[in-house]
Amino acid sequence: MIDTLIVLAKIVLALAWFLTLTLYLTWLERKESAVIQDRIGANRASILGLRLIGLFQPFADAIKMIFKEDFTPPFSKKFLHNLAPFTSFFFVAVTVAVIPFGDKIEIAGRTINLQIVDTHVGLLLILALLSLGIYGILLSGWSSNNRYTIIGGLRGAAQMISYEIALGLSLVGLILVYPSLRLSTIVAYQGEHFFGWIPKWGVFLQPLGFLLFLFAALAETKRVPFDLPEGESEIIGFFTEYSGLKWGMFMMTDFMEVVIVSCLLTTLFFGGWQVPWLFADGFHFPWGPVWTLPRAVVVILQLLAFNLKVFFFCWFQILVRWTYPRFRYDQLMDFGWKLLIPLCIVNIIGTAIILSL
Amino acid sequence: MIKALAYFLEIIRGALVTTRHFIVNMWFHILNLFGIKTKRKGAVTIQYPEEKKEIAYRHRSLHRLLKRDNGRPRCVVCMLCATTCPSECIYIEAAEDPADDEFQKYPATFIIDLSRCCFCGFCVEACPEDALRMDTQKIELAEYSRLDLIYDLEKLVQ
Repeated sequence: MIDTLIVLAKIVLALAWFLTLTLYLTWLERKESAVIQDRIGANRASILGLRLIGLFQPFADAIKMIFKEDFTPPFSKKFLHNLAPFTSFFFVAVTVAVIPFGDKIEIAGRTINLQIVDTHVGLLLILALLSLGIYGILLSGWSSNNRYTIIGGLRGAAQMISYEIALGLSLVGLILVYPSLRLSTIVAYQGEHFFGWIPKWGVFLQPLGFLLFLFAALAETKRVPFDLPEGESEIIGFFTEYSGLKWGMFMMTDFMEVVIVSCLLTTLFFGGWQVPWLFADGFHFPWGPVWTLPRAVVVILQLLAFNLKVFFFCWFQILVRWTYPRFRYDQLMDFGWKLLIPLCIVNIIGTAIILSL
Repeated sequence: MIKALAYFLEIIRGALVTTRHFIVNMWFHILNLFGIKTKRKGAVTIQYPEEKKEIAYRHRSLHRLLKRDNGRPRCVVCMLCATTCPSECIYIEAAEDPADDEFQKYPATFIIDLSRCCFCGFCVEACPEDALRMDTQKIELAEYSRLDLIYDLEKLVQ
């Protein structure tokens, strides 16, 4: 009974964390783009005159989207048209289940894993769920029965499939290095150090793999340098015929993918919740001193470290989105097939050779 | 391959430009947040209704009619402004006042229809009596009704 309650609480907390972060990414996106472009950004949403640098903006947006008319065009295929945003939303939303937020903690003699499902196929599960997200795009493009949406859907499908290969292959090197596909094991493995100094993070083990995964993952989120499925200025994208909350779900999916990609980058390449030199009983500095900390402080530090890393990568992805112009379609395909995939294979072979020595 | 590498370097340079903007602007934003006055601000934005940019001295803003010492408008109804107006938005009716020895002609009505006015300033250039100027520095002229944009003598003299 209590176990079930704990699992339910974990699900609720993880989803709340996920959705809050997603909601505030919209705010961060506006503000960060503004700061990059010497502007101020949305700061007018207020409650009783209290503005707080626009922190209420996401709620204002949400209220606006809820009260907008949810219009289903008469020429669309109704069932699929309604299904598409939910497909897209669902497959991203469930990925948070396998993300390890922190180490195992013990409360009242009960071991609680700060991860909803500690499955031994964690990495594969995330990749599978992320690739299922294509169905949302394809379905919305097809069922809207509009030329531009179908162009968007087809572009989306082609892009996703191309980059899915690079995404998978870029992780093969990592899988060769790490002992398991279980994400908690991967994170625990990254708690060790080279020569007692450098943390054994994925980015130091697989620098090329990290770059390749970064590019492939950016393409997977289909945000600006790779936003051909949307292509605001030319085809308006696969969600042209959506309005109100369903359009909002596509938007949310975009931002949720940003968060998930940040979580993956953190977990796989930047040590997840590991803090350098922090062990279960406190800091062990490589130059000698040991700073013992109570268990609770260690757990909180680790949770903070995870959040900080995820936040940094969210920031980084928004920076990328506001720096680069969109790829041309042939450049996109060239980049995926002629550069990323061969480099992935080189990375795999190089890793295998080094490991077999 | 070399081409791809060159692109890659340029990509990194682009990211550095935006990162520099972000960090520099964020630094000034944080300083201002803690109440430290800096010569430079984090953003070039002017928060319009609260903050206003100073209008240039020669800016052509809302018209006004100048008055003589006796309180009458300086206008002598020569109709030059109404003639030169490209938008044909000035309407003047003359009246006569025999009591005034110097300027017997004066405008009974002087209407500028701001919904048609293009603020070219030709009327001001044309006026031989320096009766009309566009130096009120008022630029917020929006109204809910078009009738409110028709400015008559009373509104223009103020």
